[in-house]
Amino acid sequence: MSGSTEQYDVIVVGGGHAGTEAALAAARGGAQVLLLTHNIETIGQMSCNPAIGGIGKGHLVKEIDALGGAMAKAADLAGIHIRTLNGRKGPAVRATRAQADRQLYRHAIRKIVEQQSGLSLFQQAVDDLIVENNRCCGVVTQSGLHFRARAVVLTVGTFLGGTLHIGDVKQSGGRAGDAPSNALAARLRQLPFRVARLKTGTPPRIDGRSIDFSHLEEQPGDMPRPVFSYLGSTADHPRQTVCHITHTNEKTHEIIRDNLHLSAMYSGNIEGTGPRYCPSIEDKVVRFADRSSHQIFIEPEGLDTNEVYPNGISTSLPYQTQIDYVRSIRGFENAHITRPGYAIEYDFFDPRDLAPSLETRHIAGLFFAGQINGTTGYEEAAAQGLLAGLNAARQTKSLEPWCPRRDEAYIGVLVDDLITRGTAEPYRMFTSRAEYRLMLREDNADLRLTEIGRSLSLVDETRWASFCKKREMIEKTRDSLDGWFLRAGSEDAQLIEKHLALPLQKDQKAIDLLRRPETNIAKMADLFPQHFPSADPMVLAQLEVQLRYQGYIDRQLDEVKRQQRHAETAIPDGLDFEKISGLSAEVCQKLQQQQPATIGQASRIPGMTPAAVSLLLVYARKQRVSSAEIAGDDAA
Amino acid sequence: MSLDSGDTIVAVATANGSAAVGIVKVSGPAALSIAREVTHRELPARQAVYNGFYDQSGDLIDRGLAICFPAPDSYTGEDILELQAHGNPLILDQLVARSVQLGARLAKPGEFTQRAFLNDRIDLAQAEAVADLINSSSSDAAAAALRSLQGDFSKSVQLMVQQLVQLRVYIEAALDFAEEEIDFLSDHQLGGQFEQLTHLHQQVCARAKEGRVLKEGLTLVIAGAPNVGKSSLLNRLTGQDSAIVTEVAGTTRDVLREHIVLDGIPLTIIDTAGLRDSEDIVEQEGIRRARAQLEQADVVLKMSVAGEPSDLQLDVPIDTPALKSLTVYNKIDLHPHFCCDNESALLVSAKTGEGIDALRQAIKHIAGYEKTPEGAFMARRRHIDALDASRQNINEAWRRLEENDFPELAAEELRLAQRHLETVTGEFTSDDLLGEIFASFCIGK
Repeated sequence: MSGSTEQYDVIVVGGGHAGTEAALAAARGGAQVLLLTHNIETIGQMSCNPAIGGIGKGHLVKEIDALGGAMAKAADLAGIHIRTLNGRKGPAVRATRAQADRQLYRHAIRKIVEQQSGLSLFQQAVDDLIVENNRCCGVVTQSGLHFRARAVVLTVGTFLGGTLHIGDVKQSGGRAGDAPSNALAARLRQLPFRVARLKTGTPPRIDGRSIDFSHLEEQPGDMPRPVFSYLGSTADHPRQTVCHITHTNEKTHEIIRDNLHLSAMYSGNIEGTGPRYCPSIEDKVVRFADRSSHQIFIEPEGLDTNEVYPNGISTSLPYQTQIDYVRSIRGFENAHITRPGYAIEYDFFDPRDLAPSLETRHIAGLFFAGQINGTTGYEEAAAQGLLAGLNAARQTKSLEPWCPRRDEAYIGVLVDDLITRGTAEPYRMFTSRAEYRLMLREDNADLRLTEIGRSLSLVDETRWASFCKKREMIEKTRDSLDGWFLRAGSEDAQLIEKHLALPLQKDQKAIDLLRRPETNIAKMADLFPQHFPSADPMVLAQLEVQLRYQGYIDRQLDEVKRQQRHAETAIPDGLDFEKISGLSAEVCQKLQQQQPATIGQASRIPGMTPAAVSLLLVYARKQRVSSAEIAGDDAA
Repeated sequence: MSLDSGDTIVAVATANGSAAVGIVKVSGPAALSIAREVTHRELPARQAVYNGFYDQSGDLIDRGLAICFPAPDSYTGEDILELQAHGNPLILDQLVARSVQLGARLAKPGEFTQRAFLNDRIDLAQAEAVADLINSSSSDAAAAALRSLQGDFSKSVQLMVQQLVQLRVYIEAALDFAEEEIDFLSDHQLGGQFEQLTHLHQQVCARAKEGRVLKEGLTLVIAGAPNVGKSSLLNRLTGQDSAIVTEVAGTTRDVLREHIVLDGIPLTIIDTAGLRDSEDIVEQEGIRRARAQLEQADVVLKMSVAGEPSDLQLDVPIDTPALKSLTVYNKIDLHPHFCCDNESALLVSAKTGEGIDALRQAIKHIAGYEKTPEGAFMARRRHIDALDASRQNINEAWRRLEENDFPELAAEELRLAQRHLETVTGEFTSDDLLGEIFASFCIGK
């Protein structure tokens, strides 16, 4: 079969959450794209727990949606239990989360991928990259097929070089049931990337028919039901179901303590670093010995299956111990385990070897996205995929890459954290990672990113038209409210006192009244339709948030402006930091290692001092002036 | 760390203390409005005007010359205000503090020159010099900050930061881990923690405001073997009999401290017990305290007697940048022909006053007052500013939590509070914070 060569603009290797968003974004960006996967049936597969979104993660999903991505649409079509987390806290930390039916989700993604013009699928594992003059020009498949492209996006991270552990049983494998990409992993190790190892765990899956739900706490979804996609509605949702909650107990903990020596993670069989936010049940019992009980969310895997995912008891204990401790848990007394829990160790590539565009620094035209970069989670993977696919497509058209800043999007926080700080554990998003958290909300993802997405040709006509209408209504209503002045004792004031129980002591701007937490904007819109050109709940909600947060947002914008001034100043490629007199050996070593692209990026490297940044700025500036002088001489 | 620019910066631009005139420079968009507020008048461009400089309540700080240089024809290329006042560090510090109140922030080491460079006011060939300047003044500043951070003051600040982190751990955990069974915010500990933090903060601020921290100035420790005349020298420098002087070796058993002003430089002079092996328990304690003082000193005077062998070994790291020393031989009146290999050594007589003027000059010189504007004063001023700013944030955070308002706004206030304190304590990243959360609570599915 070898010898035949097909040419594409962009090749995406891998059909997971990163791969599909990458292929879709590249195609929307106008590239001819080939998506290569070892199994077309597993496109859009949720390989871990059956849920999309959550705090920080939901934010990413909404951003992907604002940029025309697939994840939010698919989550709406597959969501069987949908909630808004942090509903009673403020808008910046409210987040949408859905239990998703695995099959429905896969079907939704598959359908979107198949309908995308400019995107072709091909089923075959990739074994090798074609690298010429330090530029990646294509891939070679398992059976020797050559596919050439001007840019390649690798999203093969689901457990690259994976080793599964169940007790002392050790086997090589990818996600349970899939073969690991060993040939490609071996090939990548020959390239000059830094490789490290991470670990994570999964709980045993249980047959729902063997669980006694009658005594378990029921957790329904929210009413009204939240929707993920800006273009979606509750009409997209399938039939809804409930989740259940149970708890471990002293007996469970005793079984675990007694068998600790059999756990792969405690017997020293595993070297990789596990995530702090997702401890195994062994870890929980040992590290928090004072807790007599831990919560378990029983998540349904889908509408047409009985299998459930007991979230909260991931483990690497032997199968027999898993049966014992599972059956000690209320409701699980007769539980039948359908798949044992396991710990998995896998390779990732140090993301500090990536540029902000997600192109690798060592090989031009090669982009990495997803778990291969040390992240965990579907949402984190999809966000990187979208960015890498887009930038790969842009590169083939000689366009500048799009690299969102930390104050623009969680995608920007994610990539910047990865490439400047690297990661020692599977990286997942939290809102506390975003210093501009108050500006980066789910509710304004569309306002932040749709226009940018449109200019990057990621956003189609339908979304653009609908967005423009919403934005116009918000602005119109805001303008109208800005011009509305309330006099104490006036008819308006009496109405407000009567219906909202808010006495107006003195004359004031309506805007200032609306800014107060006790003012209900919807009631105000009811009372004074003449001042509200739009009373659309989405418009009102947006205005309410903007008003409540305004002082804080203004302060954050100031901060951004101050940081921005020199942050974008480029540091010349290959600058020899050792030649800069005055940098301490430690700082110098960090800079040599990380090769920051801009002053802003350098300033965020841990251990950087203000003085070192000032020095860099002076040198970057000096270099620029010298090269401008040279260019000027050439022109003359 | 942040990279601030585009805002207004202020610093003392003259060598500290030693001169009759001291200059405070302000550069940036707020310079001209600060000029109006401080002088209570409009200043003509590029003309020196003799005028009063006023504080917040309209009281006179000092009289001197004020000059405005509007952009772009100024050293930095930005609006500049220059205030020339008397060279007393306390006056200059007040002028700096007033400018900060009016919207300026303290300049980083070398920042004026850096701005001049970035605004093309100085040419490329000088870039190297700019780099050197940033570098050398930063290390001096670091040393100054380190010194000012020793002792009780620093301990209270550190404790405060720990409590702040504890609070943030609770609130951030509540925001990012809503599904956990722990109700972080209704935890009754939270109110108590806030109270503790506010209380501690008030204490630290009050101490700083008392001016003690600022007025202490540099610390000079006189160290040496017993009976070399340390106490006599203290008395000579302070001009009073603070220390009991006898012929008996080991008379000074505790640490004596005196505050003097040396040509406008406030100095704390500390006389220590003679360092020697002693059987006497009281004296041993004195010696232990003396060594403790040595570790906090800005300058150490190592004293011995002219013509006598010195077996004094100071077991403190003399070579740290924070510690500078002078070698002094006393009792030169008894040995008028004494000659020393060490050319920089000073020969004095505490008894007759011979060589004392030269010693004063040497102290001023080695204290760095003639070299860099970023001395202990600026370092401490930074700390006080940071404390003030963080207090506002902490109060606002508590108000929001008490009123049961959005907790993410309280979180934002505490983030800002910590950012201010980072200028004192060093960087604390969001990942550090997550680490604290995971260490404190059992979180995760």
